Amino acid sequence: MQNGEINKIWELLNTVPDPEIPVISVVELGVIRNVTFTDNCYVISITPTYSGCPAVKAFQDDIKVCLKENKITNFKLKIVYSPAWTTKWMSTETKEKLRKYGIAPPSDTVICPQCNSEKTTLISDFGATACKALYKCSDCLEPFEFFKCI
Amino acid sequence: MTSLLIYTLRIADSSLILAQRMAEWCAKGPELEEDIALSNISLDMFGQANGFYEYASQLDGSKSADDLAFLRNEREFLNHQVVEIENGHFGKTIVRNFLHDAFKFLFFTKLSESKDETLAALSAKSLKEVKYHLRHSTNWLIRLGDGTEESNAKVQESLEQIWQFTAELFEMDEIDTELLNLGIAVDNKALKTQWDKTVNSTLKKAKLKRPEDGYMATGGKKGMHTEYLGFLLAEMQFLQRAYPNAKW
Repeated sequence: MQNGEINKIWELLNTVPDPEIPVISVVELGVIRNVTFTDNCYVISITPTYSGCPAVKAFQDDIKVCLKENKITNFKLKIVYSPAWTTKWMSTETKEKLRKYGIAPPSDTVICPQCNSEKTTLISDFGATACKALYKCSDCLEPFEFFKCI
Repeated sequence: MTSLLIYTLRIADSSLILAQRMAEWCAKGPELEEDIALSNISLDMFGQANGFYEYASQLDGSKSADDLAFLRNEREFLNHQVVEIENGHFGKTIVRNFLHDAFKFLFFTKLSESKDETLAALSAKSLKEVKYHLRHSTNWLIRLGDGTEESNAKVQESLEQIWQFTAELFEMDEIDTELLNLGIAVDNKALKTQWDKTVNSTLKKAKLKRPEDGYMATGGKKGMHTEYLGFLLAEMQFLQRAYPNAKW
């Protein structure tokens, strides 16, 4: 019974998109660390991607709305810092979703998401969001964003 | 206040004050990419400060993280003086940040092994971001130092101005010692050798001269500050002071 309910919570969380990269969910992003059920309450443990990322606050609000819309009110969100979030938690499928969306997924070699060339140059370590860097492709000349490995 | 609370506040305050300094660059960066970089670094530091303030708030038991940031006076701030130094020109900001980033990288590396689990977790998290900050300030320092005659002269001058504020980073007072003995705090003195190595090798690449130690400033950790901090707080705290409890 309880396990089934917890799986249901995971399924619902998997429908909450990342506010800045809406092609992946907060579950795929790897920020939901755990869901437990204690004292008649679901405890959802969340870890921030970057300390100051404004999306962290935004997706906490989105999670609350999503659960309430599904008539779940007995839950708490808990922020955990350890272990620190890492892009290693991202699955191959998630990385492919990023690539199709035009963002080079985290990897040792930065590959252009447009033409798959490995000849790319760093423009800046910092991009439009904390998690991304700016690159340029030397073959197709398109600029693109790279999801930083941390 | 307990020693652990004071120790946590010192870290939070240094992150917050430098975050606010970096936020002053927003929309004033020398080029678009750099504007984005400086603002991103600011945001990381605000986030780090928030984590440490939340912990300080738990330890304090009565003040919220926001109270600690917005409702304390100048003399209650326990940050290192180096972070409150005015931004000046871009090169000066880079020099200040480089000297501080090189310290913070070593500090958070050690603090992530602390017996205090919260400090350790927050440090491990912050360290990932500090690596990027250090790379950013190092690259720029080399570019400016090894740039034109003018850029070299400007950053050399900034280096001479800021150098006096670096000694405080490695000081140990009774709070540091007490918590070091409990396996909680970092031995700041022990970080100096590695910091010297990082600084010397980067200055060499940047064709800059390491200043001699002369008069070295101290007191930030005890609430003694330069004249710059009051102006920074006046701007940062204005809203909460003028409209108490205003919500974003």
